[in-house]
Amino acid sequence: MANKKRKLMQGNLACVHGAIYAGLRFYAGYPITPSTEVAEGCARELPKIGGKFIQMEDEIASIAAVIGASVSGAKAMTATSGPGYSLMSELIGYAYITETPSVIVNVQRGGPSTGLPTKVSQSDTMQARWGTHGDYTAIAVAPSSVADTFAETVRAFNLAERFRTPVTILMDEVIGHMREMIAMPEPGELPVFDRVKPRVSPDKFVPFELTPNFVSPMPAYGEGYRYNVTGLTHDVMGFSTNRADEIFVKLDKLKNKIENYKNEIAKLRVEMMDDAEIAFVSYGTVARTALQAASIARKAGAKIGAIQLCTIWPFPDEQIVQLCARCRKVIVAELNMGQIVNEVRRVLPRDIQIHALQRYDGEILTPMQLLEKLEEVL
Amino acid sequence: MATAEKQKSDVILQYLRPRKKFPSVWCAGCGNGVVMSALIRAIDRLGLSRDEVAMVSGIGCTSRMPVYMDFNSLHTAHGRALAFATGVKFARPNMKVIVVTGDGDALAIGGNHFIHACRRNIDITAILINNNIYGMTGGQGSPTTPPNAFSTTTPYGNAEKPFDPCSLAKAAGATYVARATVFHAPQLEKMIMEAIDHHGFSLVEAVSNCHTYFGRLNRQGDAVAMLKSFKDNAVMLAKAKTMTEEELKGKIVVGTLYNETKTEFCDEYQKLIDAQMGGKK
Repeated sequence: MANKKRKLMQGNLACVHGAIYAGLRFYAGYPITPSTEVAEGCARELPKIGGKFIQMEDEIASIAAVIGASVSGAKAMTATSGPGYSLMSELIGYAYITETPSVIVNVQRGGPSTGLPTKVSQSDTMQARWGTHGDYTAIAVAPSSVADTFAETVRAFNLAERFRTPVTILMDEVIGHMREMIAMPEPGELPVFDRVKPRVSPDKFVPFELTPNFVSPMPAYGEGYRYNVTGLTHDVMGFSTNRADEIFVKLDKLKNKIENYKNEIAKLRVEMMDDAEIAFVSYGTVARTALQAASIARKAGAKIGAIQLCTIWPFPDEQIVQLCARCRKVIVAELNMGQIVNEVRRVLPRDIQIHALQRYDGEILTPMQLLEKLEEVL
Repeated sequence: MATAEKQKSDVILQYLRPRKKFPSVWCAGCGNGVVMSALIRAIDRLGLSRDEVAMVSGIGCTSRMPVYMDFNSLHTAHGRALAFATGVKFARPNMKVIVVTGDGDALAIGGNHFIHACRRNIDITAILINNNIYGMTGGQGSPTTPPNAFSTTTPYGNAEKPFDPCSLAKAAGATYVARATVFHAPQLEKMIMEAIDHHGFSLVEAVSNCHTYFGRLNRQGDAVAMLKSFKDNAVMLAKAKTMTEEELKGKIVVGTLYNETKTEFCDEYQKLIDAQMGGKK
């Protein structure tokens, strides 16, 4: 570990390097604050390793090109912020129904609309779950530091490849733009997962076959399988269907392939929770504040701990319930008008008091604000 | 059936997906079938391997075409075919990427992607079937609906002006631009061959009949009557050059309108990769 390359790096650039570590070879994007450094980093770094970067005409085209590249076999990513994420929503749905691995980075800023381009926010948390129309199950991860951004980006690619699904990385303006020291992981240090390819010959290939884990092997265009990809609800052969018995099978597949493995997808960072009677629950930038506030309160004698959600979606229901089993009170702190707090309310028993600390004025929550909230609820 | 014709239809059958549920979504007499068979014959004559062909489309009657054919098919979202195709081609430059699109798909919702694909001169062939109307949603006006023409959204006549897809493509940077009608099937086949063979962005506009909506609402008769009007109104390029603008009103100029070689996007990017990698593998 002592020999590890340590670098001072910006969060957005850590995302670029994490993606390349995970196998990124295709980036399509459109400039938007505060995510633009991801595009700039990819434009610089990808040609050096034989990868491709393209600046598309808008965000819709960007996610379209990403999906096109992914069905052609490349690990592909795009990065944007709220307005661009809204524009991408329809085609993120296309990636869900066609089961195309793709990574979408959303470096969040304040909204709605053009909102606060240079200010921090966590107000796209629910959009990452419900942004596109229709029924589906989403995966989203949220890093809280520069090093975390690298690791969570690698994890996002692995999840996208393993489950054949779009994965959103919910960064925010603070994480994207902050600079911190990062020990660059060596090759082989973090696992890297590649999509499973079909082992059968093309004439026996069933493109959307129901397998025990609900994930179908995926060939690349040009490898001889010549299958059909469509955004219409389709049967196992990839052809559109209106048959009720085929429709629910397809939609259940999209759900089950993720929900059945949600405990493997769940990732939480838990501090000082062993004897905690009060818990801070937070994610992204706020998780840093919460940890500091909890440490200060501990020194003053409070039995408090901090739970950071690294996986936001699927929501880690069971883990939250277990971790908070001994708690009397939970404070959910987030940079929006209340999104994850409602998930926590949904899963925790009613005898636990749940309090919300919210900020949506473009500024970060400070440890002092969390401590004040703690005092208020005690 | 005459032997030569039978051979032609046998070729087409070889390229249709055996397991796809036929019949197609198209109305009897739709020009889409003529374009599909011209496209298949062009690919067959070029001797392309099916594995190396990606057929990309958006949404609309025309956009169902790739689903029926035995290639790598990507039936995407309304208007976005060229953006998806850009991803396919750029990620796998060795593939022949063909986009099949309609006038609404390519020029309304997909207008931005259309001009930017042209501008990049990326090696994609776009076949734009122009029937001057939205067929799948039931006969609404499109960006190529002529002035004063009727559709379900222009019930008192169209107050808008149309795009000329070929002029638009040329102005935006496409390097091969050709137009035929579905009456001119052999010419269409030849143009599609040239377009696929062309290194750069190529557009073939196939003027087609939607007798179900455009023909009915504008009293142009059935499929046969519309095909006959294409025959009567078509002017070959050489002749069109001798005609005045006034004389060309209402005519359809058929021919290869523009054909030039310019640097292609994927090639240029590969040079940049080679320079950055400096011989490293």
